[in-house]
Amino acid sequence: MSKRTVQFSIYRYDPDQDDAPYMQDISVDLDPTDRKLLDALTKLKALDDTVSYRRSCREGICGSDAMNINGRNGLACLTDIESLKQPIVLRPLPGLPVIRDLIVDMTQFFKQYHSIKPYLINNDPPPERERLQSPEDREELNGLYECILCACCSTSCPSFWWNPDKFVGPAGLLAAYRFLADTRDQATNERLDNLEDPYRLFRCHSIMNCVDVCPKGLNPTKAIGKIKDMMVRRAV
Amino acid sequence: MSIPVLKFDAVIVGAGGAGLRSAIQLSEAGLKTAVLSKVFPTRSHTVAAQGGVAASLGNSEEDHWHWHMYDTVKGSDWLGDQDAIEFMCRKANEVVVELEHYGMPFDRTDNGKIYQRPFGGHMSNFGEKPVRRSCAAADRTGHAMLHAMYQRNVKANTQFFVEWMALDLIRDEEGHVLGVTALEMETGQIVIFHARATIFATGGAGRIYHSSTNAFINTGDGLGMAARAGIPLEDMEFWQFHPTGVAGAGVLITEGVRGEGGILRNSSKERFMERYAPNAKDLASRDVVSRAMATEIKEGRGCGVNKDYVLLDVTHLDPATIMKRLPGIREIGIQFAGVDCIKEPLPVVPTCHYQMGGIPTHYSGRVVMPQGSDMAAIVPGFYAGGECACASVHGANRLGTNSLLDLLVFGKSAGDAAVEDLKAGQVHRDLPKDVADKTLARISALDNRKGGADVHETRLAMQRTMQDHAGVFRFNDLLKQGVEKILEVEKAARQLEIKDKSQVWNTARVEALEMENLIEVAKATMISAEARKESRGAHVRDDAPDSPEFPNGRNDAEWLKHTLFFPQDGNRISYKPVNMKPLSVETIALKTRSY
Repeated sequence: MSKRTVQFSIYRYDPDQDDAPYMQDISVDLDPTDRKLLDALTKLKALDDTVSYRRSCREGICGSDAMNINGRNGLACLTDIESLKQPIVLRPLPGLPVIRDLIVDMTQFFKQYHSIKPYLINNDPPPERERLQSPEDREELNGLYECILCACCSTSCPSFWWNPDKFVGPAGLLAAYRFLADTRDQATNERLDNLEDPYRLFRCHSIMNCVDVCPKGLNPTKAIGKIKDMMVRRAV
Repeated sequence: MSIPVLKFDAVIVGAGGAGLRSAIQLSEAGLKTAVLSKVFPTRSHTVAAQGGVAASLGNSEEDHWHWHMYDTVKGSDWLGDQDAIEFMCRKANEVVVELEHYGMPFDRTDNGKIYQRPFGGHMSNFGEKPVRRSCAAADRTGHAMLHAMYQRNVKANTQFFVEWMALDLIRDEEGHVLGVTALEMETGQIVIFHARATIFATGGAGRIYHSSTNAFINTGDGLGMAARAGIPLEDMEFWQFHPTGVAGAGVLITEGVRGEGGILRNSSKERFMERYAPNAKDLASRDVVSRAMATEIKEGRGCGVNKDYVLLDVTHLDPATIMKRLPGIREIGIQFAGVDCIKEPLPVVPTCHYQMGGIPTHYSGRVVMPQGSDMAAIVPGFYAGGECACASVHGANRLGTNSLLDLLVFGKSAGDAAVEDLKAGQVHRDLPKDVADKTLARISALDNRKGGADVHETRLAMQRTMQDHAGVFRFNDLLKQGVEKILEVEKAARQLEIKDKSQVWNTARVEALEMENLIEVAKATMISAEARKESRGAHVRDDAPDSPEFPNGRNDAEWLKHTLFFPQDGNRISYKPVNMKPLSVETIALKTRSY
């Protein structure tokens, strides 16, 4: 089989060496077995070890290699090279400070995730065996618990860009609803109080970029809608 | 050069399943604990586990820990220590129920209990027929588990050092472990973590092989650090090749697919496992299934243009079952094989998956090594759990779902042991004067070397050597050549050169440091494998074939013993006996293994 070559235009910035970020054009020869964007990046890194990005599982479950690919957030390991127009333009996730090249500082993203108390709250003494939960009640968690915290959603959300310190963002709110929807959790009121604020929840204007980019096919907007419904029902 | 010292009661290296489970014990006991991880905790490779965690809850049919213990001993081909195996199987219900209490979203039975599915090698009534023992959250059990444990740690206020790489274990002259040196990836700064207890939970090193289900980060850092500090590595010849990696891509397809009714077929659509394991068939132990697949391919019954894979068929299952129980697998098939498994079978090959050996530990989680006549003397201040440790519960072959159980049970017991020792007065011992010299010298040599070996090329040479010389089947002559080749690769790995000189998030430097750890593991594997002249579990060699005297090629008279590899002592190998005595029940007596 013949060699394929792909053209990249990559955001480069090393604060140790560069005064300002710049876009670098690079081309890479691929093997026939290179199928995903991450395969191409691995080849690229073998040529130039200074190209910096996060990656780990290479199968879309760890959430490390989120980046902005031809203007759209996604995971390099789940993106088919063939699906991309060339040159493939790679930039760091938008809206977060860049540390180096494609690596962003995710502090603000995780701060918001932690702010919703992302853990089960149940103050009853734990029983000897598992707490029971019907299959139907368990099904309520589908589409919520599968989040991989890659930040594709929150960093594609204009509301999060403007107010990353005040708006929880789609990933954090999806997690908030994951616990609100869990029949084993007892902190419903406390969780809703925690979100009752002009920014934390209500900055979501249903733009739905989050739904569009989620590499796991999840729907944070729908979860946010359900939290808003719970707020309304609680008020009446 | 003076470098900063951070003082903690305990330092845990690794934030996958074992590290997070240990951290819960320490944080909830109120001890000042640092957890170091190369990646944000939920990105650790436990996240990729799919099929489930073993526990004899008996939620769908009768089950018993003693049956689980029997299966694990048999699965290990009797190389597992029976005290550790009893300990693990008896603790299983407790640690799985705890996870449920932490909020883990297990699937449920109709009566609301944790859902359980069958898995390879797990049988009822001492090997009679498959039993539903694997507790599952769809086919995302590892993800659900890792997130639930991270969340519990958030609740417990555990202090994480995210994107820090531990570099070297600190031991004083008397052999006590006092912490680690570590690199903050964002700044390039090196710091000493000075601790009263040091717990390794660094996972496996599946990246020593070319074709692996493992993540890029699985580079055996804990084993490399232990080896450099004079700790031996145990049973490193035993590597699990998972039967079902996606052909070409290597991505894992859970055994839970076969648990839900999936069938392996060759080029003539034959269910070939019936010939190799008439009783358990597709749910035989992993080493057995992988060898059967490799044999089918070798004898020309593989599929595809190059006849180099077999098929995993679920097309006969109800699509609703696939969507409910195996949704992640369907996604993986579409993504990495271009196949929708509802309509077409998946192309699969045996793929390197799990390291049965590791840092020798007692089942309490304390690291042990020979000292004088004591083959298992405690290394004070040092603990390990999960894939990096060798308790040994998996022996020569691990059963599916026992890895998640291992990291829960031994993560917890390592945490408990550390808490116990700290409460009993284990103190901060003085740091040696030259505490970080070796680390600093290694980093400085790496940063300044010119004309050295390329990291990418060296890694590839190691991976190809391991793949070609220590694969599913092993051959005496190939092993001998493999030892020579890997020692050549080691020379290159000691002379790596990087072009990236930045202090900020220098991934080239991290990959070079990882390579220095990988090579320790690769070398331990090849030399230990060459030395073991029998076939047992995952280690099957051509010059130890099945015979009336040695069924399956296993030679208990000579080889019922654990390998200990000492890289700091001229690559010396010694052996220690297998503990055949359980804690409370009768010994599970040696028997020829068949499924």
